[in-house]
Amino acid sequence: MSQVNAVTGTGLPLRGDDIDTDRIIPARFLRCVTFDGLGEHVFADDRAPLGGEHPFDQAAYGGAKVLVVNRNFGCGSSREHAPQAIARWGIEVIVGESFAEIFFANCIAIGVPCLTGDHETVVALQEAIAANPTAAVTVDLEQLTVQCGDFRGQLTMKEGARQAFLTGQWDSCGQLVAGLPAVQAATARLPYMSWA
Amino acid sequence: MSKGTLFDKVWDLHAVSTLPSGQTQLFVGLHLVHEVTSPQAFAMLRERGLTVPFPQRTVATVDHIVPTEDQARPFADSLAEEMICHLERNCKEFGIRFYNLGSGKQGIVHVIAPEQGLTQPGMVVACGDSHTSTHGAFGAIAFGIGTSQVRDVLASQTLAIAKPKVRRVEVNGNLRPGVYAKDVVLHIIRKLGVKGGVGYAYEYAGTTFAAMSMEERMTVCNMSIEGGARCGYVNPDATTFEYLKGREFAPQGADWDAAIAWWQSLASDADAAYDDVVVFDAADIAPTVTWGITPGQGIAIDEPIPTLADLEAGDRAIAQEAYDYMQFAPGQAIVGTKVDVCFIGSCTNGRLSDLTEAAKVAQGRRVAEGVKAFVVPGSEAVKREAEAIGLDRIFAEAGFEWREAGCSMCLAMNPDKLQGNQVSASSSNRNFKGRQGSPSGRTLLMSPAMVAAAAIAGQVTDVRELINA
Repeated sequence: MSQVNAVTGTGLPLRGDDIDTDRIIPARFLRCVTFDGLGEHVFADDRAPLGGEHPFDQAAYGGAKVLVVNRNFGCGSSREHAPQAIARWGIEVIVGESFAEIFFANCIAIGVPCLTGDHETVVALQEAIAANPTAAVTVDLEQLTVQCGDFRGQLTMKEGARQAFLTGQWDSCGQLVAGLPAVQAATARLPYMSWA
Repeated sequence: MSKGTLFDKVWDLHAVSTLPSGQTQLFVGLHLVHEVTSPQAFAMLRERGLTVPFPQRTVATVDHIVPTEDQARPFADSLAEEMICHLERNCKEFGIRFYNLGSGKQGIVHVIAPEQGLTQPGMVVACGDSHTSTHGAFGAIAFGIGTSQVRDVLASQTLAIAKPKVRRVEVNGNLRPGVYAKDVVLHIIRKLGVKGGVGYAYEYAGTTFAAMSMEERMTVCNMSIEGGARCGYVNPDATTFEYLKGREFAPQGADWDAAIAWWQSLASDADAAYDDVVVFDAADIAPTVTWGITPGQGIAIDEPIPTLADLEAGDRAIAQEAYDYMQFAPGQAIVGTKVDVCFIGSCTNGRLSDLTEAAKVAQGRRVAEGVKAFVVPGSEAVKREAEAIGLDRIFAEAGFEWREAGCSMCLAMNPDKLQGNQVSASSSNRNFKGRQGSPSGRTLLMSPAMVAAAAIAGQVTDVRELINA
C-alpha cells in the first residue's frame, strides 16, 4: 500500500468523448485468467488501422505516465481489464472531463487516480502536451492542480478517493476484511439471511 | 439528498460502517460470479491468504465464453476452456454453488438469478458485470463491479462504495402497439444521455412500469448502465411477488408472508424526497433504433438520422464519429438499412417473453435471402420453456438458427461474431465500435420484435407494419 501525493511524467492526450471499455480493451482479450500482457493490447482495434499514428503508438508519447481524456471516459462494461491494460502500458494517472463510474471505481481499486477538469482546462492541457510532448506534466493530488510547462490548471477529485490516495488506503480490501465482526453483526438486520 | 426511497432504506439496512475514505462498507446479500471477471479475484484471494466467509451468498455460472453451437468439452477455443476450468476449480475450492453447462440452470448470470428466485427485493446485489443493474427490477439495489471489488466481496461480503443520488424516472401511460420495454429504455437514454445518469441511482416509477411484467422491468433496469446510472430499480409490488412465489430460492411457508410484509415496507414512501425527478409520456415513445456508436444515439424508427444542426453542441463530435464509422449520412432514413446479421438474445432481451414477441413476428414468414439470423436463449431454462411452447420450431421454420444459452454475440467473446463491416440488428445493449466481434462491425440496437422484423425484411423495418398485417 502506497501513498500517492502527486504523479510527474510526460503526458499522452487521447481525444474523444464516450470512449468505452470495449475500445480500451476489446472483448477477445478478456479470454484470459490473469491481467498479464494486457498492456500491449490497449486500444488494439483503434490502433491497428492507424499504422503507428495512434497516440498510444506515437514515439513522442512513449513512456507517458499522464493520460488526458475527454468526456465520459471508460463507459460501458465493468471489465477491470480496461484500467489494467492502461496501467500496464505505463499510465499512472488519468485526467479527464468526466469518467464513467465503474471505470473510476476500478481505477481507484488498482491505484490509478482519476482527476477531472472542466472542458477548457482539459483541452488546453491536451494542446500543451501535444505542443511539447517531452514536457513534464505534474498532477498534484494535494493541491488539485496540473502543471505542464507554462500551463497550470485546476482539477477536482472525489474527496473520498483523494483521501484514499493521500493516506495510502486506496486498496480497501484489508479494511473490509478487518470489519468482518461488524459485518456479521449487521446481518442481523436482514431477514433474508435466515430464509431457506 | 434523497430520503424515504427504497434506495435509502436498502442502503441503510446494508451499511456496516463508514470507511476512512468516507465510503460506506456495504453488505452484499447476493454476489454473482462468472468466468470472465473472477479468475484474477480468486487468484488475489490466494495471494493474500484470504478465505470466503459467506460462500452461500455467492452463486456462479458460465455465460460469456460459452459456444452456442458445439458445447462439447474441451471447447474448441483453448482460452475459453482454460477459463471455464478455472471457474470450476475456484468454485470447488471455495465452496461456491456453480451452475455449469448442462445443469439445467446455466445461463446468462442476469437471467438465471431471477429465474431461480435468488434475486429478491431489499437485497444489495453485486456482480463483476455492468449489467448487474438488471436485478433492480425486483426492488434490489444492484451494482456492477470490477475484479478487485469481486475480490473484496468474496473476502468480506462487502463493498467499499459511495452513496449515489436518486433520480425518479417516471413514465406514465400505455405503450402503443409495437412499442416494448426496450424502446422505453432506449428512449430514456436518448433523452437523458449516456452520461446523464452518472452519480445517480434510477428509480423507475409511474403507471408504465407498474403495468410491466418482471421480464420487461428487467429489460429497462438492465440498460440503466447505458444511461450512465450506477443502478436502476423498480419498487416491488404484486407483480414482483407473483413472479417470485414458488421459485427455488424464494422464501417458503411462514417466511413467505414475513417476506411480503418486509418487501412492502421497503418501497419508496409516497412522500419520499428525490435528488431529481424526470417525467416521460409513454405515448411519445415509438419503436426505437440506434443509428450510432453509443446507446444514446437512438431515433424513432420513422425519424431521420439527426444532422449536426439537430444536436446539442457537445454531442456533435461523437455524432460525426458515428456517421463515419456507421457509414450513414446525416438526415438519412434508418428504415431500409440493409442488415447482414440478426441477433436475438442477451441479458437485455433473452428471456421467454422476448423470444415470444419475436416469434410472433417470425411465425409464418421467412428470413430474407442472405441474412444470418439466430436466436440465443438467455438460459437453459428459457430454452427448455421456449421449446415446450414450440418457439424453436417457429424460429427454425422461418429460417432462424436456434442456439444454446449464453451471452453470444452481445459481446462476441465466443465464436459468434460479425465479419468485416457487417450490419447487425441486435436485441443486445451496446452498439460500441467493434462490440460484436469485428473491429469494423456495425450494430443497430432495437427490440427483439424489431430484430425479427429486420430479419424477415432484410432491412430495418417498422415492426408495426408486420404485427398489424
